[in-house]
Amino acid sequence: MTGIETAFTPLQSLLGGALIGLSAVLLMLAQGRIMGATGILSGLITGGTPGDKGWRAAMVAGMISGPLLIVGLTGQMPVVEVPVSLPMVLIGGFIVGIGVTFGSGCTSGHGVCGMARLSKRSFAATATFMVVCLATVFVIRHVLGV
Amino acid sequence: MRLLSGYIVGLVFGLGIAISGMINPAKVLNFFDIAGTWDPSLAFVMGGALVTTFIGYRLVWRRPAPMIGGGFQLPTNTRLDARLIGGSAVFGLGWGIAGFCPGAALPALGTGQVGVFAFVAALLAGIWVARAVQAGLDARREESAA
Repeated sequence: MTGIETAFTPLQSLLGGALIGLSAVLLMLAQGRIMGATGILSGLITGGTPGDKGWRAAMVAGMISGPLLIVGLTGQMPVVEVPVSLPMVLIGGFIVGIGVTFGSGCTSGHGVCGMARLSKRSFAATATFMVVCLATVFVIRHVLGV
Repeated sequence: MRLLSGYIVGLVFGLGIAISGMINPAKVLNFFDIAGTWDPSLAFVMGGALVTTFIGYRLVWRRPAPMIGGGFQLPTNTRLDARLIGGSAVFGLGWGIAGFCPGAALPALGTGQVGVFAFVAALLAGIWVARAVQAGLDARREESAA
């Protein structure tokens, strides 16, 4: 099976990417921390002091507000098309949770913050998950044809 | 202040994820589907985020400390070990199956789609299980070292 066609959006993607980078810089400026979705979530569900959980919850609330603000400004909800079945979403989600925990980070923590710090671990992690994701998508779409 | 800074960082991040197109799993998977419905937009997201973070971090690090809290909390581990690479490979597998990574899924919750909630629930379950396994492995390692 082939995927749903999506439009090539270099300018929006560059602008959105710059905003993602800006948020990482703001967290470093405000709290001196690396901004990673994995770290934020891990800290929310395990351990930590109530105060520590508070700002993490506030950050997730801010993230969720992002698309809502876009709806408010433009009247249009950003497009989210899930091109795979619900079981694949659930299985994939669980596997992602295992992987990011043992790998100590995901696209935001390793791919953006870690590589911007020129961390050797983050370069290795990012190269690994990008290559494996590429291979997985190839096998699922072009070998298994799911 | 910590709550407010957390919320603002989250909001800027969520806007970036939404505007860049990272919020849409169809677009993310198409980035990895070079042999099919390829959409190179994500390279621009990554580029915009990396350049902004690379420059912004260096400006912030000219300060002696962040605005809140004691000092900059940067990872000090530089070891490339099996946990990092194995975990990242597992993450890449899950990402390729589901199309969501943690940082893109959290803002996508704002769109209210069932598939996003399913992914985040499975993700949290995966993180929780992996944290428990990791704690067990660490305890065993300490025991055998003692």
